[in-house]
Amino acid sequence: MEKMKLVMIGNGMAGVRTLEELRKYAPDLYDITVFGAEPHGNYNRILLSPVLSGEMTLPEIMLNDLDWYRDNEITLHAGKKVTNIDRVHRVVVAEDGTEAEYDRLLIATGSSPFILPVPGNDLPGVIGYRDIADTEAMIEAAQTHKHAVVIGAGLLGLEAANGLALRGMDVTVVHLMAWIMERQLDKAAADMLQASLEQKGLKFKLETQTAELVRGESGRVCAIRFKDGETLPADIVVMAAGIRPNIDLAKAAGLHCNRGIVVNDTMQTFDPRVYAVGECVEHRGTAYGLVAPLFEQAKVCANHLANFGIGRYQGSVVSTKLKVTGIDVFSAGDFSGKGAEEIVLHDRQGGVYKRILLKDNRIVGTVLYGDTADGSWYFQLLKDRQDVHDVRDHLMFGQNHLGDAGHKGESHAASMPDSAQVCGCNGVCKGDIVKAIKTHGLFTLEDVRKHTKASSSCGSCTGLVEQILASCVGGAYTPSDSKTKPMCGCTEHTHEEVREAIRKEKWLSIPEVQLGMNWTTPNGCASCRPALNYYLVSTWPHEAKDDPQSRFINERAHANIQKDGTYSVVPRMWGGLTTPDELRAIADAAEKYNVPTVKVTGGQRIDLLGVKKEDLPKMWADFAAAGMVSGHAYGKSIRTVKTCVGAEHCRFGTQLSMSMGVKLEKMLFGMWSPHKVKLAVSGCPRNCAEAGIKDIGVIGVDGGYELYVAGNGGIKTEVAQFLCKVATDEEVLEYSAAFLQLYREEARYLDRTVHYVQRVGLDYIKARVVDDAANRKALYERLLYALQDYKDPWLERAQGVEKHEFVPIRFHRKGDALSQEAEPA
Amino acid sequence: MEMRLVSEWLRVCTVREIPRQGSRVIDLAGTAVAVFRTAKDEIHAIEDRCPHKGGPLSQGIVIDDRVACPLHGWLIRLDTGHACAPDEGCARRYRIKVEQDELFIATDD
Repeated sequence: MEKMKLVMIGNGMAGVRTLEELRKYAPDLYDITVFGAEPHGNYNRILLSPVLSGEMTLPEIMLNDLDWYRDNEITLHAGKKVTNIDRVHRVVVAEDGTEAEYDRLLIATGSSPFILPVPGNDLPGVIGYRDIADTEAMIEAAQTHKHAVVIGAGLLGLEAANGLALRGMDVTVVHLMAWIMERQLDKAAADMLQASLEQKGLKFKLETQTAELVRGESGRVCAIRFKDGETLPADIVVMAAGIRPNIDLAKAAGLHCNRGIVVNDTMQTFDPRVYAVGECVEHRGTAYGLVAPLFEQAKVCANHLANFGIGRYQGSVVSTKLKVTGIDVFSAGDFSGKGAEEIVLHDRQGGVYKRILLKDNRIVGTVLYGDTADGSWYFQLLKDRQDVHDVRDHLMFGQNHLGDAGHKGESHAASMPDSAQVCGCNGVCKGDIVKAIKTHGLFTLEDVRKHTKASSSCGSCTGLVEQILASCVGGAYTPSDSKTKPMCGCTEHTHEEVREAIRKEKWLSIPEVQLGMNWTTPNGCASCRPALNYYLVSTWPHEAKDDPQSRFINERAHANIQKDGTYSVVPRMWGGLTTPDELRAIADAAEKYNVPTVKVTGGQRIDLLGVKKEDLPKMWADFAAAGMVSGHAYGKSIRTVKTCVGAEHCRFGTQLSMSMGVKLEKMLFGMWSPHKVKLAVSGCPRNCAEAGIKDIGVIGVDGGYELYVAGNGGIKTEVAQFLCKVATDEEVLEYSAAFLQLYREEARYLDRTVHYVQRVGLDYIKARVVDDAANRKALYERLLYALQDYKDPWLERAQGVEKHEFVPIRFHRKGDALSQEAEPA
Repeated sequence: MEMRLVSEWLRVCTVREIPRQGSRVIDLAGTAVAVFRTAKDEIHAIEDRCPHKGGPLSQGIVIDDRVACPLHGWLIRLDTGHACAPDEGCARRYRIKVEQDELFIATDD
């Protein structure tokens, strides 16, 4: 079958991103031809500012060089400007007569700088700031001339002014409005920004209108005259007073245009064969001038060009980040303040300004200056329309006010030196990340993780990496909308959609889910397989088939893999209690299997480290003989219930915390969960069991127990929140089980309870678990049902289950030949 | 010129004895080799050592024709032993053959 023909006009970031997405969906659907007015491949336009300022070079910002087009069999007409679209004959014609027929046409002509309609605007030395040629003209002018004037103090204007100043020019920024970046900043932040830019040597002339550009003797511009009569010398004038979508071509072809080419939610123009993306487009009345929305448009457009027909672009909430080295500014959403409540922190001397605007307990806008560490977090909350009522009192202090571990509490990405370590897990420095972003043209957190490994292990440095990404690529970086974020690269569906479908369709195996929900990969990936397996076994206990091959090795081998490939073994000690017999059995096993390290864990039990995999079933058989079972120290499952001595012995104790702890742990034995679950029971408010940082913390008080939930002592310390007070041991069991079952049914895989509760809010948990007694009972029953008849996995394997997992097929050398060893009986 | 000789084909096990989307470990006189069986029942044998930090690849999750190393998640191609981009490195590959459900491995040395 002959392929369809796709022609693209414009060779910029939005258009080429569409082709890249299309290549993923349907690599062989089209013969593709691209016309680009510039004589280059596709480059990263938002990095022109660092090129201008001398921090990067042109080759460094190329995204797709000419080889890329050749390798992907795309015909590129670089340097050929299209002059006509003939929609009747479905053909486009370029300036030099080159023609290309199309079945589908993609218009991505971008935008042009708005040139002020003043006398002299066509003189040599007057330039817009848009492409490589403009940038080169500015660099050249800086070498031979002294005075520069930039008209427009928006994002682009300020970056141009900063670059020209760094190249040694005397720069004045002229602006019509009362403060700079008025579309992105409020006056307070703008004033602070202006002061720091002035310190860098820039001059400002605000509320000033240009009257004329004056021609010098050489024929080139020599001065600028303002409406107030004042004149400034100017060897170069940069117009940065806004952009205009390039629509002339589309308009001439009879396509409906307003400010931009009008498209619907599928990026289709009024001609169904013609699509448009990028800055030339107007969608629901808005034309975007930042990169992030264009990438979202590209994805949707590619989806429809590939005949998938399910993507919808519904507009974007955008954020702004100024790319001027050493200055941190961030803004997002609506900060006009109309009808909104404000939280403001303003430290003029310290150079920090933060303003958060709220409506109905939701963030609607934010402006940050000096400390933008939490910009991504606020933006995420804004995009998710998350209710922030619960965290309002410490919202201003950011997501990390309780301290992340692993990067010395560093939270100011821009001021960090390149040598500073960002990711403590993988030893990645800021410089490594910046280099990877620039050389590989990365835009997303996932890309950075893949290339540098930063933030890919414990994730505590994610906020920092996001900031570094934002400061390198500016507004092109958008944290993904976590409510609509797909589970993984294999599907478009969210965790919630997948869980709901598993429940509704009663799917019992991973292939059923993947088939039913149109997974794009044949066997999923290392991220979705374990998640799907958990969703199946937790939704349909005793019915869904557990797939060991979709479990991480620790859960498959029922022990923890160590860096040298040996395993660690932790027998359960209910409530942290043990006996001389158990200790003897552990000591015997340690000697018998040459265990090099024996360690007391933080969860009140004993870890045997360095066990050979082959020895595991034998060791477990010995433990089983001593009455001990698996401690599940390896699973996304119930780990430990830590206890203090309690009223059994302690003179302060008010409740029998040890016995309560043992009851809880026995009830929860064998519980798989989205992530690990840890409990603690203290016998009095002195809280020696440290219940305040556990998934469930139980604190004995006179006349009952206080229950706390969603604490965490790991990567990020989170204090557990008070759920309710109960009177009896039975109630502790019922409330705890109900909370954990809710978490098991609704949380996303790998969410700890803290993440889950942050997302749904404590009020929701209280409504379901505390206020609604019938629902609490039902949850409790469902958990007990899921856990009934659970068999100790160690005992099963000691008796021969999954034997192939533990025993290698062994060959010995006999003379020159290898021969197989007889299987052990 | 150095000669590489196939000294012999060793019978390992039947294909059915390897779990689908899983692996078995073979100990060749002290050298650990991982034999994988993909979802499509293709068999591959590579050294049981990740080129990154020596992790036992046999313990990883098998996805199509790749395995994710259990230590740091590098993806290694089963048919070539190469790490998937952007990571770089290679695990040694072993020749195998399957005859009537019986798996044999070559002891090239």
